[in-house]
Amino acid sequence: MNILIFGATSGIAQAVARLAAARGDRLCLVGRTSEKLAIVARDLEVRGASSVHALKADFLSQASVEQALGMAVEFLGKLDVVLIAHGMLPDQAACENRPDLVQECLRINFLSPVMIADAAAKVLSEQGQGALVVIGSVAGDRGRKSLYYYSAAKGGLERYMQGLRGRLQPTGIRVVLIKPGMVDTPMTAHLRKGLLMAQPETVARRIVRSFTQGPEIVYAPGIWRFIMGVIKIIPERIFAKLPL
Amino acid sequence: MAIATVTLPVERKPNGAALASWGRYPRQTAQVRPWFWSDETPPWGEGRSLAYGLGRSYGDSCLNEGGVLVPTRSLNHFIAFDPASGELTCEAGVTLDEILQFAVPRGWFLPTMPGTKFVTLGGAIANDIHGKNHHRAGTFGRHVQWLELVRSDGPRLRCSEKSEPELFRATIGGLGLTGFIAQATIQLRPITSAAMDVVSTRFANLEEFFELSAAADKDFEYTVAWVDSLARGKKLGRGIFMAGNHAVGQSPEDLRVHRVPRARLPFNLPGFVLNPWSVGLFNQCYFHKQRPGARRARVHYDPFFFPLDALRDWNRLYGRRGFFQYQSVVPLPDGRAATAAMLARISRSGQASFLAVLKLFGSPASPGMMSFPRPGVTLALDFPNRGEETERLFADLDAIVREAGGSLYPAKDARMRGEDFRRFYPQWEAFAHFLDPYCSSSFWRRVTASA
Repeated sequence: MNILIFGATSGIAQAVARLAAARGDRLCLVGRTSEKLAIVARDLEVRGASSVHALKADFLSQASVEQALGMAVEFLGKLDVVLIAHGMLPDQAACENRPDLVQECLRINFLSPVMIADAAAKVLSEQGQGALVVIGSVAGDRGRKSLYYYSAAKGGLERYMQGLRGRLQPTGIRVVLIKPGMVDTPMTAHLRKGLLMAQPETVARRIVRSFTQGPEIVYAPGIWRFIMGVIKIIPERIFAKLPL
Repeated sequence: MAIATVTLPVERKPNGAALASWGRYPRQTAQVRPWFWSDETPPWGEGRSLAYGLGRSYGDSCLNEGGVLVPTRSLNHFIAFDPASGELTCEAGVTLDEILQFAVPRGWFLPTMPGTKFVTLGGAIANDIHGKNHHRAGTFGRHVQWLELVRSDGPRLRCSEKSEPELFRATIGGLGLTGFIAQATIQLRPITSAAMDVVSTRFANLEEFFELSAAADKDFEYTVAWVDSLARGKKLGRGIFMAGNHAVGQSPEDLRVHRVPRARLPFNLPGFVLNPWSVGLFNQCYFHKQRPGARRARVHYDPFFFPLDALRDWNRLYGRRGFFQYQSVVPLPDGRAATAAMLARISRSGQASFLAVLKLFGSPASPGMMSFPRPGVTLALDFPNRGEETERLFADLDAIVREAGGSLYPAKDARMRGEDFRRFYPQWEAFAHFLDPYCSSSFWRRVTASA
């Protein structure tokens, strides 16, 4: 399988890439810093990937993203999967007084993945097959006072994915949104490790399965589907009072 | 701007977290500053620092009260593997579990392993761990070809027997105090099968253990014994002796890797669950389930080496107050009497748990300056934390170990007296020259405090 990963040095992306490498897939990694890409690429080669290419790109620049996509097609030929995995968890309290942080959060968690998904959708449509897999979050299911800028970005991403899924329906291209709960990665290193904190490997197994089969909205781990099912039906008047 | 990787915004303080050790005693807090990428400088400068892997050390050698703990699990990348020679290079946060998953299907195995696969490579080096094959393979440090050490006061150093040999020997078994290990190359051992041919033999007393052990160490690569710590009198030191060799496989199918265990103990059991009565019942059943005579079986390596890994977080069995592990080594031939004396004292106390292990260490010398294993008989037991009662027992055991010219294992320790440590490790002052000025641990401060 040929897999292109944006945000390849993130914790979840690395776990996905390791599963793919272990079965001998061909990988193209896009990231922000050459040193970290080199560490990840070498790791995947040792673990058994048939070939690994690493590309440095600016995730907020249309030109840079399109160039990376073009090079990935050159390296891999056909793209079976495009995985968009970058993101950042903003400091909610800081955002409330810092419009610049809010914009950064929305650019990285919403505008950038939308831009990349649009560009990838074009390539996949031309191929006539493949899967576009984007990492959202359970936080996108409902706005909470403790994390609502992030929720807004991830929720917006879900609306975008719904529309894109409809548009690509006739082509047979899978448009998959992964909604992880809390995952034990550098992004959440400062949070307490409660019972619901999942390991990236657990989430990665569900993501890899979603490349070819199953529903196109995937909670990871699966228990979040039930948790968020409950959270979503709480009436707004009550929800606003909850200490969440 | 953070995109693919995320750095903590400066506004946010990482929680002063209660990263625990495996014995869940003592409970201490430290600033937690993970080291995410090996190409970056570790987070020095917030205070005295200590690398923290999976927290499988039992006592306080992996804790740093009031200082900084630096989780290294993100340093989990493989760097190079030579399928012809079995040399593997990886970052220090890679776990033995991950190495086995990688190596076994390729026909390679770790050179030696402790009783759990959930330790990091860095931790294995820093504690110079040993396993059931100590009599053949020696400690883990013997199989480390070189390691990269990041010190606060200079450039990264590539340490081996040839380059920076003194720092190399100080870092093996150096309890993480000589700097941060970033990566290391180890020599794996070839296998043709994931299975082990195991012989288990019941022994009625300590004398029989020593006989079995002396004979089996010639024919078996791996030997260890479970001992009934509550048996007394003529039955003192009875148990089950387990010896194993790697099976010979015929095809790649025989190189089946272990499964990742799912079962986990989600909460603390109440402290009274493990009591002399319940442990006695377990020991009685476990002993008698094994019929007299030698029993042969072929088993997967996972239950043979890591029976306890099947239940994650088993340390919660001991309840909220946590537990101690006490691991000693005493040289032979006097070690026989000393071991008998220790077992007699333990069975009289009625405090020990069902996890009691006896093994003969062999002669292969470790390169580690501060390594624990040395020729003799090693005894390891778990004790629930019952406060003073437990400490009284330990004080008596300490006296026996001292008398016999033995030693205690820092990785398992939360309470040995400083003067005992300095007697067991008289080289400690020479070792102290190699400490990184920014590194420290609760253990190190405790055992050197009154010196």
